[in-house]
Amino acid sequence: MKHAALTLCEAVSLLEQGDLTAVGLTESVLARIEAVEKRIHSFITLDAERALARAAEVDEQRRRGWAGRLCGLPVSVKDVLCTRTMRTTCGSRILENFTPPYDATVIRKLEDEGAVIIGKLAMDEFAMGSTSENCAFGVPENPWLPGYVAGGSSGGSASCVAADESLATLGSDTGGSIRQPASLCGVVGMKPTYGRVSRYGLVAFASSLDQVGPLTRDVADCALMMNVISGYDPADSTSVNREVPDYGAALQDGMRGLRVCVPVEYFNDGLNPEVERVVRSGIDMLADAGAEIVEVSLPHTEYCVAVYYLIAPAEASSNLARYDGVRYGVRDMDAGSLLEMYSRSRSAGFGDEVKRRILIGTYALSAGYYDAYYKKASQVRTLIREDFDRAWQQCDLIASPVCPTPAWRIGEKSDDLMALYLSDILTISANLAGIPAMSVPAGFSGSGLPIGMQLQAAHFNEEVLLRAAWNVEQRAGVRGRRPELV
Amino acid sequence: MKITREEVEHVALLARLELRPDEVERITGQLDSILRYAAKLDRVDTEGVAVTTHPQDISNAFREDEVKASLDREDALANAPARKGAAFVVPRVLS
Repeated sequence: MKHAALTLCEAVSLLEQGDLTAVGLTESVLARIEAVEKRIHSFITLDAERALARAAEVDEQRRRGWAGRLCGLPVSVKDVLCTRTMRTTCGSRILENFTPPYDATVIRKLEDEGAVIIGKLAMDEFAMGSTSENCAFGVPENPWLPGYVAGGSSGGSASCVAADESLATLGSDTGGSIRQPASLCGVVGMKPTYGRVSRYGLVAFASSLDQVGPLTRDVADCALMMNVISGYDPADSTSVNREVPDYGAALQDGMRGLRVCVPVEYFNDGLNPEVERVVRSGIDMLADAGAEIVEVSLPHTEYCVAVYYLIAPAEASSNLARYDGVRYGVRDMDAGSLLEMYSRSRSAGFGDEVKRRILIGTYALSAGYYDAYYKKASQVRTLIREDFDRAWQQCDLIASPVCPTPAWRIGEKSDDLMALYLSDILTISANLAGIPAMSVPAGFSGSGLPIGMQLQAAHFNEEVLLRAAWNVEQRAGVRGRRPELV
Repeated sequence: MKITREEVEHVALLARLELRPDEVERITGQLDSILRYAAKLDRVDTEGVAVTTHPQDISNAFREDEVKASLDREDALANAPARKGAAFVVPRVLS
């Protein structure tokens, strides 16, 4: 089981030297899952048999002289990514038995590089939520303190990496859904620039905000995953045709010549003092590494949550219209008419949060309210983008907390909708502006819960993020610290 | 109130969702609190501001009009809750 805790890069060298096989590594990971999964609930679907067969296959390929960049590495993916060989539920009853007829492009890319896909991970239904409590198939728990949330919506993707149930995972991020669980579970998570990674086969929530990205044990692994999943895809017309650099080359010691901004609006009264302490110390580490710290204002930050909770539901209400019980998914077989079949199937298949967002989105787009809500929000979105455009004239990076608090107890905030929505305030703006952002572990709370630091940069400047995150990782002294689970 | 029970019922019909009376009650309150919060956008002057509907400056993404293989029919039908031959079956629409 000891190999389950390896980083991707460590496993690559052991596999290359012949000290470890893909089958041996996969067996270690499966044994670890066997030992901890009943407490952590990271997975919705697990396919041990196929994983072992696949591992044997890539071991054979290596013997014949071929090894991809992820050859033999056990990884898992959020259950929002289509997989031909495993059901894809999106955490929803409505897709409980749906097996897609094709693989998402990122799944193809992982497998083409020799990755061994172990299973599909728990998430808030259709990625709508900040705790993964809206998952129809069990709620993932925080490996650092079971009973506490793993975050969301990619909660299973974060708990899986933190609990050593896979070496790395993929998540998706529409308003913070990779960065927030990464922060709460003490792993590295990146939301790439919108258009950097193909969305083909990513089940759509809010198409102008969604982006796929990696969750890993350290920054070097994040760079490796980004090297594999990035790039133009003709099947996704919103992916951008732009060369993919070697992200690993970005991990350089020192931050000289880079300006890091600390926006005044991101450090307000609602911020937990322990989070503030850890993030301020992370900013000091960047300064120690040679970065110049500047203060910049992002004046429209206070409107981000309002803009997001109109635009994301509006797009969701349109995207989720496809679940009508006709071609796939749950159908009410007793309905007498077509209309009744639609509404009964949808009402039985969707959970509360999904219904709420479909309703708010339909309302914001409906006759008489479109200008007041959807159009107004889309205009303020422009002002939020322009805040960032101005900031990049004065700095290369924005440093801040990811989430205003460390993880909280499961059930603690589930009755207070607005409090939960407001906890997304620090992550939402990156999606609205389409910029890359990541969370890197920077420290711990007094009760032993991890706290991440958020870094944001201009479009396609993932390299600057990785360099800064790597410099924090080198100085924070938390890399390699693992939860004591067994 | 920013939104009434009747409006929620109307929107539910548009969205093809069937809500129980207690759900209508609860959701009306929740939607009202979201819309009240969203009303803070009224304070922002957006006169003459263009809308952002997409974070990248991509307009039409054209491709060559080439004949290529598409989804296999059996694969497309594989998840159908009800099918007949090469068709999806739904309740009768015309009587």
